[in-house]
Amino acid sequence: MATPTQGTRLGGSAAHQKLILANLATSLFEKGKITTTEAKARKLRPFAERIITFAKRGDLSARRRVMGIIRDKSVVHSLFTEIGPSFATRNGGYTRITKLGPRKGDNAPMAVVELVESTAQKVVAEAEGAAKSAAKKAAAKPAKKAAAKEEPKDE
Amino acid sequence: MPVPKRKMSRSNTRNRRAQWKTTVPTLVACDRCRAEKLPHTVCPTCGTYAKRQVTNP
Repeated sequence: MATPTQGTRLGGSAAHQKLILANLATSLFEKGKITTTEAKARKLRPFAERIITFAKRGDLSARRRVMGIIRDKSVVHSLFTEIGPSFATRNGGYTRITKLGPRKGDNAPMAVVELVESTAQKVVAEAEGAAKSAAKKAAAKPAKKAAAKEEPKDE
Repeated sequence: MPVPKRKMSRSNTRNRRAQWKTTVPTLVACDRCRAEKLPHTVCPTCGTYAKRQVTNP
């Protein structure tokens, strides 16, 4: 028995829905972060994550299957060379949906869909942030004359 | 084709519309800027959600 797909039907026909999802996924992989309605975001997440799984596999067969969905060759290239390998240590959950609240005009609930930054990137970002705050502290300390005299030596 | 027989009086119109009521949305304070926002959504004032900068308002 044919079972209908779960969730909202986007666009009306099956062909329209396929095209909407393909276009949304292309923009997501191109920009890394897109704003859309919550219904579209909920449909996009499993769709995009399946494509990333293909990108992680990385062989010619996987690349051809992705090329059937995403028509932009440069996006497919960056997907297989950058996005796929960056998620090598992560098992699923490559995207994140954050709700934005209702849109002005038609009150549609909006959401941001973004690629979760890989753990390696996160470590780098944290290290940079820590270095920045340390630099700020060091810059702020000479300004305070009283505090400058009794600086802790364990830095 | 069925059509209304009589003009609807202003009173009847207004009585019907008197039942159109709004509800107060549930609001919570933002973690970062303490402004009121909808729960489980990005703060429209500072653009953060769960200490992450999601949007730039």
